[in-house]
Amino acid sequence: MATDQTTAVRGSRGSRTAPDAPRRLSPRRWWREVGWRHVVALVALVFAILPILYIVSSSLNPSGSLTGSNRLFGTVAADNYVDLFTDPVHPYAKWFVNTLVIAGVTAVGTVFLGACAAYAFSRFRFRGRRGGLLSLLLIQMFPQLLAYVAIFLLMVMLRDLFPAIGLGSRLGLILVYLGGALGVNTYLMYGFFNTVPRELDEAATLDGASHAQTFFTIILRLVAPILAVVGLLSFVGTFSDFLIASIVLVDPDKQTLAVGLYQYVSQRFSEYWGVFAAGAVLAAVPVILLFQFLQRYIVSGLTAGSVKG
Amino acid sequence: MSRTTTPPAASPRSRTTRGPSHGPAGPDGPRGPRTWIGAQTFSAGFVVKLVLVGLVDALGVYGVLASAAQQQWGVLAFLVAALLVVNLVYFSRRAVPGKYLVPGLVFLLVYQVFVVAYTGWTAFTNYGDGHNSTREDAVEAILVQDEARVPDSPTYALSVVTRGDELAFAVVDPEGDPLVGAAEQPLEPAEGADVEGGRVVALDGYDVLDFAQVVARQSDVFAMRVPLSDDPNDGSLRTTDGSAGYVYASTMVYDEAAGTITDTTTGTVYTADETEGSFVADDGTALGTGWRVFVGLDNFTRVLGDASLRGPFVGVLLWTFGFAIGSVVLTFGLGLFLAITLNDWRVRGRTVYRSLLILPYAFPAFLSALVWRGMLNRDFGFVNQTLLGGAEIPWLTDPVLAKVAVLTVNLWLGFPYMFLICTGALQSIPQEVYEAGRLDGAKPWRMFRSLTMPLLLVSTAPLLISSFAFNFNNFNVVYLTTEGGPQDLSAPVDVGASDILITFVYKIAFGGVNRQYGLACAISILIFLIVATISAISFRKTRALEELG
Repeated sequence: MATDQTTAVRGSRGSRTAPDAPRRLSPRRWWREVGWRHVVALVALVFAILPILYIVSSSLNPSGSLTGSNRLFGTVAADNYVDLFTDPVHPYAKWFVNTLVIAGVTAVGTVFLGACAAYAFSRFRFRGRRGGLLSLLLIQMFPQLLAYVAIFLLMVMLRDLFPAIGLGSRLGLILVYLGGALGVNTYLMYGFFNTVPRELDEAATLDGASHAQTFFTIILRLVAPILAVVGLLSFVGTFSDFLIASIVLVDPDKQTLAVGLYQYVSQRFSEYWGVFAAGAVLAAVPVILLFQFLQRYIVSGLTAGSVKG
Repeated sequence: MSRTTTPPAASPRSRTTRGPSHGPAGPDGPRGPRTWIGAQTFSAGFVVKLVLVGLVDALGVYGVLASAAQQQWGVLAFLVAALLVVNLVYFSRRAVPGKYLVPGLVFLLVYQVFVVAYTGWTAFTNYGDGHNSTREDAVEAILVQDEARVPDSPTYALSVVTRGDELAFAVVDPEGDPLVGAAEQPLEPAEGADVEGGRVVALDGYDVLDFAQVVARQSDVFAMRVPLSDDPNDGSLRTTDGSAGYVYASTMVYDEAAGTITDTTTGTVYTADETEGSFVADDGTALGTGWRVFVGLDNFTRVLGDASLRGPFVGVLLWTFGFAIGSVVLTFGLGLFLAITLNDWRVRGRTVYRSLLILPYAFPAFLSALVWRGMLNRDFGFVNQTLLGGAEIPWLTDPVLAKVAVLTVNLWLGFPYMFLICTGALQSIPQEVYEAGRLDGAKPWRMFRSLTMPLLLVSTAPLLISSFAFNFNNFNVVYLTTEGGPQDLSAPVDVGASDILITFVYKIAFGGVNRQYGLACAISILIFLIVATISAISFRKTRALEELG
């Protein structure tokens, strides 16, 4: 730790003064100051990537069992992917669609509800505004995650009253997720909305725009980056949620990838490994694509205080 | 959703008063007739609003009717209030902020405020398996449980029929009269029954199932019981083959006036105990099914006072701290180390390293846990078989190694996040600080300890605290990797060596045969109190750090 810090310091200092310094390093000094960094990085890379390589390799291994998957890329075939979509007990395609729809609708809904609330808090001065902001923060202290027993009991009750949004319903699950739409998101967006100059609203109002027209056609476009961050975080969070999805969705046809794939692993673990691996690889694709697509927003969103969910 | 605009020329008054901060309400206020209808123009926006609010109203009215039918007065009151608020807010010219807040607030109220309050309430009840309903339901369940075929009871010729989706039995009683009944509807004379060969072959309003259809639904048919009358003591009619019905009666007899249930086989009398929510005999044994009652602080005192439960709870609590702190320290340590290592412009391919190192972060967390679960399998897993050359290390089934396993998985998942943050934070530390340090003769380690770390912590401390709070409740990693196992068989509840509080609660509430919602909610509240206290204290401490920077 000690040496790396100094070299890091010297390195970055050197970058300003002597850009072609490395060519003059003796091999020994190069090793002491730069070379070992490659070794550390390579070891870390192995740790970071091996599980991913392993799961990709398992998914392509036709033996399909856990034991058979231990030689990386020993044999390559698409059998598992075919099995994945033809297994009648585990309707993978349905899980996939369910997950994309549930996470997508939740993300859009979360962004919309959060943006509306942030607009109200940022642009209007009304009685209870400060109190409202503060209560949002306090309510959020008790996360939905801890109330899942009560969520389950509420869904049982709703099943009798309104079957469409009760226990076992995908729409019901979306509504549960939307319960968390305000709160942290509103704070994140509220700060961003405040950076959009008010003069724009005033100009629009003078031109005869209603508050709705101002909101939908002007403000929402200007705050697009924060909408993307909130939408992505919500999508990934919902996509990965096992806890609430597992207690709300009982019917195999309605489940999400997290709940469905867990069953592959928890029941008859080792024979189903190859199929599970194929399912896992495909399930990771949308999230990784989104990360690539929105990478520059994510880094700023991360430092704004969100944690992986 | 959106409110219509009056074109400025048409209404000079509203033009002068309209502004984002206050709605252009007339002197009559929002309910004044002129501002209500007179100023609305039927523009596209207004039509959209009308349709949306109309839809909400239609759904709301449906909800009101449904809850009235089920006699759920609380739900009904909420719906009526919500409908009134929605209509007032959207058709008023005032309450502009309300138009933007109401949709989110409705969800917040139902799925967050209400469920939190409900968690609090449930924590003070004995809600759970065996205690999930009213006393009447409990009596019925107890009588049904101990039903046995009445010796030498008559045989009913039985046909299985359906009305819509609902199964029912159409029978011919020993006197030759046709009767019909369903699970919720005691036997009654069947009007319009067509009896042929001593059994019902057709019945108005019902479809008679043939043999193949009965076979297709046999598990439902065999589980079905049709009460003989409204009195649960009379017993019920069941079938074991789909063509003959027999009378089953309970060995338990309920006396409503005395509030007792008597077991006729043993003669034991069980008396209703309203504080326990169970029927209890003189010797203290209780019947398995009871009803929901308020038990005060019982759940909390059980967790903290009952020695057999306190042991596991304290163990889980300590490990939850160990897991959360360990996760933060390990991920931050590795992330910082890598950030420092790669924070040197002379390292070629830094951007490639960086983009590959954050791959675990982009991989969905629940998948990572499941993948590692396979890799760590003792007999067939990649780690033992390939990396360790055929070792048989019980990663997931040994109490200590299971903890190592979940920490490793979480390290894999979490270090890229810390790496990203530390890289950003390192780059924002001004180099002059180090030059000053060098002039003062500081050694590298001293500079790291006294300059880098404090400056880094200023920007990362809040993130470390939220990371701690997140990992304190990191359900996915623990449950999907080890399911909290290996199980501690000596404990009275389902609890394992790597369980953290939230997975412990999950198992109490949904895990085994005996679901204890009340107890689970009580522990949820304890978790909340712990996390909230820690967050409050540490945020205060970090403010001190910020003054440093």
